[in-house]
Amino acid sequence: MTTTTTTTAGGIQAVKPTVSSHVRDYWARVRGGDLGTLPAVLGLLVLTLIFSVARPDTFLSALNFANLFNQGAQVVFIAMGLVFVLLLGEIDLSAGFASGVCGAIMAILLTDEGMAWYVAVPAALLTGIVIGLVLGVLVAKLGIPSFVVTLAAFLGFQGILLTLLEGGKNISITDEFVRSLNNDSMSVLWSWVFTIVCIVGFAFVQLNRYRRRASKNLITDPLGIVLMRIGGLAVLFIAATAVLTQERAINAAITSLKGVPIVVPIIAAFLVIWTFVLGRTTYGRHVYAVGGNTEAARRAGIPVDRIRISVFVICSFMAAIGGILVVSRASSVDPNTGGSNILLYSVGAAVIGGTSLFGGKGKVINAVIGGAVIAVIDNGMGLMGFSPGTRYIVTGLILLTAASVDALARRRASATGN
Amino acid sequence: MAATPLLELRGIDKSFGPVQVLHDVGLSVYPGEVTALVGDNGAGKSTLVKCISGIYNIDAGTVTFEGKEVAVHSPRDASALGIEVVYQDLALCDNLDIVQNMFLGREKKNGIVLDEDTMEEMAGETLRSLSVRTVKSLRQLVSSLSGGQRQTVAIAKSVLWNSKVVILDEPTAALGVAQTAQVLELVRRLADNGLGVVLISHNMNDVFAVSDRIAALYLGRMAAQVKASDVTHSQIVELITGGRSGNLGLPPEKPSDFIDITPGDVQ
Repeated sequence: MTTTTTTTAGGIQAVKPTVSSHVRDYWARVRGGDLGTLPAVLGLLVLTLIFSVARPDTFLSALNFANLFNQGAQVVFIAMGLVFVLLLGEIDLSAGFASGVCGAIMAILLTDEGMAWYVAVPAALLTGIVIGLVLGVLVAKLGIPSFVVTLAAFLGFQGILLTLLEGGKNISITDEFVRSLNNDSMSVLWSWVFTIVCIVGFAFVQLNRYRRRASKNLITDPLGIVLMRIGGLAVLFIAATAVLTQERAINAAITSLKGVPIVVPIIAAFLVIWTFVLGRTTYGRHVYAVGGNTEAARRAGIPVDRIRISVFVICSFMAAIGGILVVSRASSVDPNTGGSNILLYSVGAAVIGGTSLFGGKGKVINAVIGGAVIAVIDNGMGLMGFSPGTRYIVTGLILLTAASVDALARRRASATGN
Repeated sequence: MAATPLLELRGIDKSFGPVQVLHDVGLSVYPGEVTALVGDNGAGKSTLVKCISGIYNIDAGTVTFEGKEVAVHSPRDASALGIEVVYQDLALCDNLDIVQNMFLGREKKNGIVLDEDTMEEMAGETLRSLSVRTVKSLRQLVSSLSGGQRQTVAIAKSVLWNSKVVILDEPTAALGVAQTAQVLELVRRLADNGLGVVLISHNMNDVFAVSDRIAALYLGRMAAQVKASDVTHSQIVELITGGRSGNLGLPPEKPSDFIDITPGDVQ
């Protein structure tokens, strides 16, 4: 490989990166403590391998693969919201029960009040926004630590959920639209359309960015890397869609079951929206700035309090969507919806995916990849017949490992200045 | 040498409750010159800077900028006039890169999308105008920069906005020898580019190395503002520690009277 030295627009001498130097740079960053999603991706591969060997018939089936998305949806959504809160170095312990409360409100409006889904679903989302607003104002304006505010809210929401369900009854929903969200799949045709739109969209964004920066003589990632990224995503998506469009019903004669689960495009849409917001808008930049150095952000004229409130609003809003999806999945809501391990799984998903607990570092994709790790562990260990006790212990250990990796990477980063 | 000051303070008073920190302070900052602001700890340097930058409101006195009397009530007012302060703790975000830090709070946008390319070009342009060649890439995270490089980024950030007066609070305090030289060179270049530079420093070598004028504060009063070429190292030290040196500085019997030693008065 030859390295060519170019002078960029700024007059800063820089070496034009080649594929090999790009890989070397990446590896240097990883060694320097900037791990990103690498541990989660490796973990996902290893876990998938282990469960595939141990339970080739059940774990590797198309039915189970589709199930993973439906089972993981709630955790992924709460985790996506938590990424924003974690970026500021805050925590929201109430997100699990907030999702339960929002789900319950939707269920009650649908059944007891007999309202249509287009009233009930927005009502649940609005509840999420109001919850986030209250939490955010308490943290930002009164200055109560978020740990305490949301711990109180955790208990409070649990109580509200019990009250809403009148002491613990179970409300079943029959609304077809809501039930379809996290149970049904798209038709085979739409599945492929969705896959192709995703690949073409990704390729367009990547190539357009490359072309624009190259034309302005700014440093770009090497074209080889850009093409590899697009190729990798295309292979992954086509393979997944090929599996999901197989017939996976146990008795296909009664009901046919194939296609990409509807929840996949919902997750993809929010992933794209929030990634755009964090990476390409002023708001996102300010979230990172407040998480990185609050005082610097304040001096730069960034409305720190408003940013702080907004992340709690986003978190609770995403929790509300998680709640809607979990109620859709179970077609019912009970006092434990959003309870037990959901919140810790969500925090775990964000942290395992590479979001730092110390603030300032993280992406929305972390929540999705971390959520996949959590879903695979839960699902795989269940299929292997481990008791819930063992599953909790293993998930706890993995969360602890992820947090240790985060802390060690941070120490390493401050030592190597990366 | 410019005849009229770019920024001129006259009769500035500032009290915090019963404690009067600044008494009738005057200061002139000329374009194309480095004015060193020296003084012992507690002499009121930081307070004076915060008054100029709008963090504190002054109790009495006038601020004249480019010949017009102005009122600075907030850091935003100061920025709007073209006054930028680089504080000692730099106020950079470690988790953001050089370009992102330089444009923090004033991002260029294209619709709702950040215009990263323009910002990167402008940041590179500014660094080049300051002859900065010490950074590897504009997209390096600030956490990976050395102390001198961080100082450079903070200074470059302050001149990105066509600012006219840049106030530097102890820019070399935490730096090694080579990096100090680099930063001082940068400070000199700011003035050579036509800006009015105020350099706060405790280090007499730095002060004499780059400054054209020296303003010495003593216990909240301006002891003297003199040309650097007219005074010696030890005279400045005396002004800092005792408020007077020979016929320079505050009169011993009536310290409340302020004597503005303009350059012409100094022989």
